[in-house]
Amino acid sequence: MDVEILARIQFAFTIAFHYIYPPLSIGLGLMMVVMEGLFLRTRNPHYEQLARFWTKIFALTFGIGVATGIVMEFEFGTNWATYSRFVGDIFGSALAAEGIFAFALESGFLGILIFGWNRVTPPVHFIATLGVWLGSMFSAVWIVVANSWQQTPAGYHIVGEGLSARAEITDFWAMVFNPSSVDRMLHVWVGAFLAGTFLVLSVHAWYLLHGRHVALSRKAIKIALVLATVSALSQLFLGHRSADGVAHNQPAKLAAFEGHFDSLATADLYLLGWVNKAEQKTSGLKIPGGLSFLLHQDFNAPVKGLNAFPEADRPPAVNAVFQFYHLMVAMGMLLIAISVFACWQWYRGKLFDRRWLLWIFVFSVLPPQIANQAGWFSAEMGRQPWVVYGLLRTSDALSKVVTANQVLFSLIMFALIYTLLLALFLYLLNKKIKHGPEGI
Amino acid sequence: MATFLGIDYPTWWFLVVGALFSGYAILDGFDLGAGAWHLFFRKEESRRIALNAIGPVWDGNEVWLVIGGGALFAGFPVLYASMLSAMYIPFMLFLFFLIFRAVSIEFRSKESMLWWRRLWDISYFVSSIMMAVLLGIVLGNILQGMRIGPNFEFTGNWLEFINPYALMTGATTLALFMMHGALYLLLKTEGRLYARLTILVKSALVFFLVSFSVTSLYTLLYLPHLSDLFKSSPMFFFLPALAFLSIANIPRLVSKHRYLLAFLFSALTISMLLILVAVELYPVLILSTQSPEFNITIYNAASSEHSLRIMLIMAAIGAPLVMSYTAFVFWTFRGKVKMDESSY
Ligand code: HDD
Ligand code: HEM
Ligand code: HEM
Repeated sequence: MDVEILARIQFAFTIAFHYIYPPLSIGLGLMMVVMEGLFLRTRNPHYEQLARFWTKIFALTFGIGVATGIVMEFEFGTNWATYSRFVGDIFGSALAAEGIFAFALESGFLGILIFGWNRVTPPVHFIATLGVWLGSMFSAVWIVVANSWQQTPAGYHIVGEGLSARAEITDFWAMVFNPSSVDRMLHVWVGAFLAGTFLVLSVHAWYLLHGRHVALSRKAIKIALVLATVSALSQLFLGHRSADGVAHNQPAKLAAFEGHFDSLATADLYLLGWVNKAEQKTSGLKIPGGLSFLLHQDFNAPVKGLNAFPEADRPPAVNAVFQFYHLMVAMGMLLIAISVFACWQWYRGKLFDRRWLLWIFVFSVLPPQIANQAGWFSAEMGRQPWVVYGLLRTSDALSKVVTANQVLFSLIMFALIYTLLLALFLYLLNKKIKHGPEGI
Repeated sequence: MATFLGIDYPTWWFLVVGALFSGYAILDGFDLGAGAWHLFFRKEESRRIALNAIGPVWDGNEVWLVIGGGALFAGFPVLYASMLSAMYIPFMLFLFFLIFRAVSIEFRSKESMLWWRRLWDISYFVSSIMMAVLLGIVLGNILQGMRIGPNFEFTGNWLEFINPYALMTGATTLALFMMHGALYLLLKTEGRLYARLTILVKSALVFFLVSFSVTSLYTLLYLPHLSDLFKSSPMFFFLPALAFLSIANIPRLVSKHRYLLAFLFSALTISMLLILVAVELYPVLILSTQSPEFNITIYNAASSEHSLRIMLIMAAIGAPLVMSYTAFVFWTFRGKVKMDESSY
């Protein structure tokens, strides 16, 4: 295999692994802020117990998030040197801002959050929790700004040519608020809230099913369910906004999302389907003209298809992009269904009586994770063959001096160590959950 | 070229990056150093105390690396790209050990089985040592210069990073961190472990003084470009003199058991050594052993002035914030280690 394929596999693997943890940290951070806030207001010790319990789990996800995140930061330089030279001027400032404003805030207060329960007063501890949570929210801002610039570049000009060409900032705020960053930022945040709230739902539903920590768990489920329902419903709206943005800024990607080939025809909306790239045909369960309607509020409006773009500028893996995208949307719908149904049961006073509903909660920790991963895969693979949309091709972005064997070595190394990490993570998570919130 | 207070922007950013890496070396230096002593402590209790001495701060210390790396990428993308891709293997190994170390600290205390704890003790010990050595190796290669060719691409062989000089700087870095770490632990411990550390710190001093002298001698003899400045303009001579005074002060303070001052002087030593490196290299960042036209300097590696200016504003706002959180955390956990239910 050549360097390019290996480097891409390595990047995708390491970032996808990293992205299991940050959404959990951000989402659990939100839960902890709410729980501790409720404790400060009501002084009900249940809320404190909950906050302490979830802090322990948070420490676990956070720790792995940090370790795998540092890998990401340096991987740009090791594997994508040409890309780093090209985007450094722009990206650098986003990464530097992330370090200075976000990571320092998180890690500064983390010590107090985890080890400081007996050292500082409850309000100071609350401030530390809030600091860590806000830090994780900010870090998501900057990293998504950087990625969004790469999807929809703005506020720059190109200096130099060939191998020494690079993008330089002309307008910082235009770079930060590039056409896709706000929509994607909100979508990513809410995706993280879903990951955190459904983990809380899942664990406490499991306790209820086993008759443990009943009073605590009922409180936790109610808090989590409110946040989860609001998040799931907003995600539909935010996702729609993102799709509108993609239609506008990256029409080739949108065409790949829906497997739409004809250069100018009405476009259908698929619920399920399969793309045959060779025959340029997409088949499956669809709403005819649905995409046209969503974009233009008109079932007969034409939508640009893949054939409107030169072969070399189209995303190569159309079916994969299609599948990941539809998987994410399906998971989003599933989460809406679960949370709205549960709220209705709650309204009828039956939330805790239906064991099968609690079992659904137990497994509902997975859909947000799947949707988060699938979302990134569709956004990133849909951007291909470009690393920086319209400006730099992935195949040109590599480190020239790095050989396939070196990348293979590091890839194998990461595969081994991440497998170990995942196993340990699951083992300890399971252990902490079994141990439960009492007596910690 | 535009300037601010008479200093051009790339130089400002060079100072920022330098300050960040000094901060990183001083802070993570003591916790890597503490890790490098880990297996020297025999009792389970001692190992736990030593771990909890760095417990609340090690993660915050590592953030300095994250910020330093970000600052390097931001300010000198050409350097960031060339250096990381040229030293692919040492950086990958560094990341590998970094993960192992973080995992060992987190997971060691989660089970009480003997084999479990032994396993993480060993991996914590080895990864702390290897991180220090690899940092030293990278520094050694930068000091020596690398085979940088057209487009600032490295043209050498991927194994070149292992060479006698780099191994010497690797050993020196390890020794320096072990001394620094032992002094830190002395501040944080009492009783038996403290007594043991008063002995260990002396071996650390010897290890450091020997490896440092050998490396310095080698530098003077074989890498003359690194002392040109001091020979040609004697007014800079006060820098190495200051560094030597600072080093000489440490054994004196240790023999008087004034460990807090000794720790501060070892921190000063770390930053003095880095300042020496910076002054010797400036404005070159990596010397090309092929031809001076391929030298990576702060000017040809820098981001645009516009970008540097924005980032300087951010740094000016951010630096006091970062320092105040850091100070607050160290203040909250001041004094000797006390275990409670949230300890490792
Ligand atoms: C949506 C948010 C998000 C996304 C898309 C990413 N990360 Fe991340 N990252 C976080 C959100 C986050 C976080 C929540 O802030 C973490 C998890 C645990 C932590 O400490 O911070 C984190 C940790 C983390 C760290 C360690 C920071 C520390 O020591 O505190 C680094 C260096 C990175 N990330 C870098 C990256 C890079 C280079 C990414 C993309 C290519 C990336 N992250 C994607
Ligand atoms: C954390 C969430 C992210 C995930 C899960 C993710 C996923 C992926 C995947 C799957 C690929 C491989 C695409 C392919 O080869 O077809 C990729 C490539 C890449 N992504 Fe992302 N990405 C994420 C965030 C980011 C961010 C925030 C940035 C920039 C700051 C970024 C920059 C890149 C680069 C440089 C590549 C390599 C070139 C390429 O193959 O396109 N990614 N990413
Ligand atoms: C409910 C319907 C949903 C729709 C219509 C939708 C739509 C979209 C679109 C169009 C993109 C691509 C944006 C781009 O390439 O710039 C995207 C990306 C993404 N989605 Fe969704 N989404 C939905 C649900 C979800 C859910 C439930 C989650 C997570 C729990 C999620 C997580 C993500 C992530 C992490 C990305 C990648 C980051 C980004 O590009 O914004 N999505 N989504």
